[in-house]
Amino acid sequence: MTKKSETGSTKSETKSKSEIRNWAPINEIANDVRAGKITALSNVEKSIGLIEKHSEFDAIISVLDEPAKKRAKQIDARVNNGEKAGRLAGVPFIAKDNFLVFGGETTAASNILKGFEAPYQATVINKLEAEGAICIAKANLDAFAHGSSTENSDFFVTKNPIDKTRVPGGSSGGSAAATALSLAPFSLGTDTGGSIRQPASFCNVVGFKPTYGLVSRSGVVAMASSLDVIGPITKSTEDAALIMDVIAGKDKLDMTMIDRDILAYTKFNNNLTGVKIGVEKEYMDEKVDKEVKQIISVAIEKLKNAGALVAEVSLPSSKLGLPAYYIISLAELSSNLSRYDGQRFGYSYPDAKNLDESYMLSRDIGFGDEAKRRIMIGTYVLSSGYYDAYYKKAQIVRTKIINESREAFSKFDFLIGPTTPTAAFKIGEKSQDPLQMYLSDLLTVSANLDGGPAISIPAGFAGSLPVGLHIMAPQGEDRKLLGIANGFEELSK
Amino acid sequence: MKYIPTIGIECHVQLKTKTKLFAAVGNDARNAEPNTLISHICLGMPGALPYLNEAAIKLACKAGFALQVTPQKFSKFDRKHYFYPDLPKGYQISQLAYPIILGGKVDIDVAGQKKSVGVTRAHLEEDAGKTSHPSGKDYSLVDLNRAGTPLLEIVSEPEINSAQEAKAYAQKLYLLMKYADVSDVDLYHGNMRFDVNVSLSSNSGKLGTRSETKNLNSFKAVERAVEYEIKRQSELLDKGQFVVQETRGWDEAKQKTIPQRGKEEAHDYRYFPDPDIPPIILDDEFLAKAKADFDKKNFYTMRGKLASVGHLSPSDLDTVFNNPETVDFALEIIEQNPKPGVAEKVLDWLINVIPGIISDYSELRENKIGSLIALGAAYEEAKLTSTKAKEGVRKLFEEDSFDAEKFIEQNQTLSDEGEIEKIVKEVIASNSQAARDVAKGELKAVGFLVGQVMKASKGKADPRTVQMLIKKQLKV
Repeated sequence: MTKKSETGSTKSETKSKSEIRNWAPINEIANDVRAGKITALSNVEKSIGLIEKHSEFDAIISVLDEPAKKRAKQIDARVNNGEKAGRLAGVPFIAKDNFLVFGGETTAASNILKGFEAPYQATVINKLEAEGAICIAKANLDAFAHGSSTENSDFFVTKNPIDKTRVPGGSSGGSAAATALSLAPFSLGTDTGGSIRQPASFCNVVGFKPTYGLVSRSGVVAMASSLDVIGPITKSTEDAALIMDVIAGKDKLDMTMIDRDILAYTKFNNNLTGVKIGVEKEYMDEKVDKEVKQIISVAIEKLKNAGALVAEVSLPSSKLGLPAYYIISLAELSSNLSRYDGQRFGYSYPDAKNLDESYMLSRDIGFGDEAKRRIMIGTYVLSSGYYDAYYKKAQIVRTKIINESREAFSKFDFLIGPTTPTAAFKIGEKSQDPLQMYLSDLLTVSANLDGGPAISIPAGFAGSLPVGLHIMAPQGEDRKLLGIANGFEELSK
Repeated sequence: MKYIPTIGIECHVQLKTKTKLFAAVGNDARNAEPNTLISHICLGMPGALPYLNEAAIKLACKAGFALQVTPQKFSKFDRKHYFYPDLPKGYQISQLAYPIILGGKVDIDVAGQKKSVGVTRAHLEEDAGKTSHPSGKDYSLVDLNRAGTPLLEIVSEPEINSAQEAKAYAQKLYLLMKYADVSDVDLYHGNMRFDVNVSLSSNSGKLGTRSETKNLNSFKAVERAVEYEIKRQSELLDKGQFVVQETRGWDEAKQKTIPQRGKEEAHDYRYFPDPDIPPIILDDEFLAKAKADFDKKNFYTMRGKLASVGHLSPSDLDTVFNNPETVDFALEIIEQNPKPGVAEKVLDWLINVIPGIISDYSELRENKIGSLIALGAAYEEAKLTSTKAKEGVRKLFEEDSFDAEKFIEQNQTLSDEGEIEKIVKEVIASNSQAARDVAKGELKAVGFLVGQVMKASKGKADPRTVQMLIKKQLKV
């Protein structure tokens, strides 16, 4: 395993489109590997080369070169022997560093987990490996997925591939940047309040957040258990559908799962004619940047012209989504982070005089400011005397939001709007103001609160910065959502 | 008594599932090396999630039926937060707002006085690991084998009013759980632990301040701790002092309760519903199946079975069936289902002979039951005389290496008439006076001769055959 250096700032370069698109669609890569046209090893070597070449963006925390090469050789041997090599044969991918993966460290970009080697592997990684995919590297994130810019990484800040002075978004900023930079054909992210979709929007790639419970959370460092989902960050909706096909499905290690769509996610219907789309009024108001709104309006026109039936819809409780989200998620994460106590794994303060000191100093030194801020708020809202005023009330709001979105989905197939209120902001612009940073999740959190699938797909550029179109669907309609997203993607080609 | 004691008991029962409450890891840590029954889930590793063991739900339901109540169709798990090295996740998964059992009762009997003690609730939770502090060392040791073991915490209403009732309640819970096959109820290994809350009041309408004595693991300790607390609190109240609400521990050596060390902190456990575990919803079918399982094996059905195996009087039945120390014996008898005569003999020994050999029944625990049944069967089949069989029973408890089969073989009753006749002839020849007396009609002397033959045969000859042959030889 090699640790990324923070140096290497060569001349700032803006990626041209041809340079960015240097992997074939995932299906084709796997086909070529299975057909013996290319080898898994050459894919791995190419990926490692690209990671080195683009190291200045700091998207990657660690590279799993040795285990990846070993696996690639095994896959090539299977192909040579005429054995089954899998739907993702020889396709390299990059996992956000909160996925437990064998062969290297899993840090969640936190000092408290620095040096931690996973004794078991995430179910998602096992499923991908079973189909021949190869995890080549671990991507940077806001430590423990707490943030919207990767500036909360305890290690370093990832730079936006489109503009190095800007953030890639977060918390899956490293994953989104990696896909945008084509370091591998796809990456994995986690999304608790928008952490896949917001960085996908900032980096001009496709970020898919599946229905809650469709993909196993086992072996992924938890942020907020009732909101966390796992999903792919890809170059296209077709790639996203293929990855979903591999990673969705029940798991004996996660009780919160639902049955997957019996049909393949790749067999979506991208016909836009007659599709009923609601434009969320609250997501197109003064909180959203003018230029962003302009691009979304153009996208809406395109959909209309393609035969979609578009109308405005109001979800009045959605404005309560963000505060409810920040109470529920912080309550849950304060509990989930209790296990990092310096006693069994991760950082442990070496000179503690007694148990209390060991707890306090291990956590004080091991956790960064944002984790501490969130633990304190989360602990507060669960404390006796405050539980009813905060946690319980937030759960009531959550139920209200779920009911409202059900109501809206009884009239519309999809709800659309911008993924984020603004395009990618400057590094340092919001890092001193946590509340401003929390507002970047404004438009994405309701999909986490109601549990339904949502996607961000590139919709155009505000100046030089990409803007994502956000589409939400009712729970379990992941395939339908991938279909309309693909339909829109076709319009943009 | 000047004061009315009010006692409530919380009992943790370890459920006998094969695996832990939320992890597919072995659950019986009694003979395991430290930290061998663990997985990433028991260790609270990053990304580890609980997966509920359905078997624990079934056992909890059976326990509910044993407490004479139908389990809740809707229950939920909550997280209870505190930091301790034997609690890997920093929270314990328990049930606060929606326990699996609400209500219920336990019928007890103290010296013929029957009473029904209410059960407030019983909830499922995971056990913590074990911490030990080696003396003179600057470290502590943690064993997580027990972490995640399923416990059912049964909380009684404060309806117990004496130390004897407290003991009877604890024993009855034990029997209910044992016969319903819900728990191994191995007290020595902490399969069942009791916390007793005791308060005194001179006013029956008002409760006094209570103390809680935790982690009692024998019935005797429950009784003594309650006795001690009643005495201690009475003395305080007599002196016009107050009882402090506190947690106490039981000092077995000194036979007294002592305040637990460390300052009492007001814990804020920050309970909230565990988002990793969906609510447990039990349908009618599940409950009906659990009830059917319970109906097959429980306190009442097992009592009926033992009664039919052994033809015992109700009081003898109580002696064997209601005594925690002879429960395994009763179950073994039911299990092996020996012929009625054998069972009766063995039960007769148990009630009338064995208490004269051993001070209490706890020595019965090991593999002595099979031997007793073997001895009983040998007696029933006339392979052993009554004397020899009783000698076997005594040796069973006195000799560590006692082997029932070998004993029966070596002491087999002589029933071969030719063999016995030979001994009879020898005895008559060397006791001519007695023989003459018999021949003269002094039948009392037959007894003497029988005794001599028995002695000569080392007790193995069948006495009835001996008597018959003596009479035949002497033509009387």
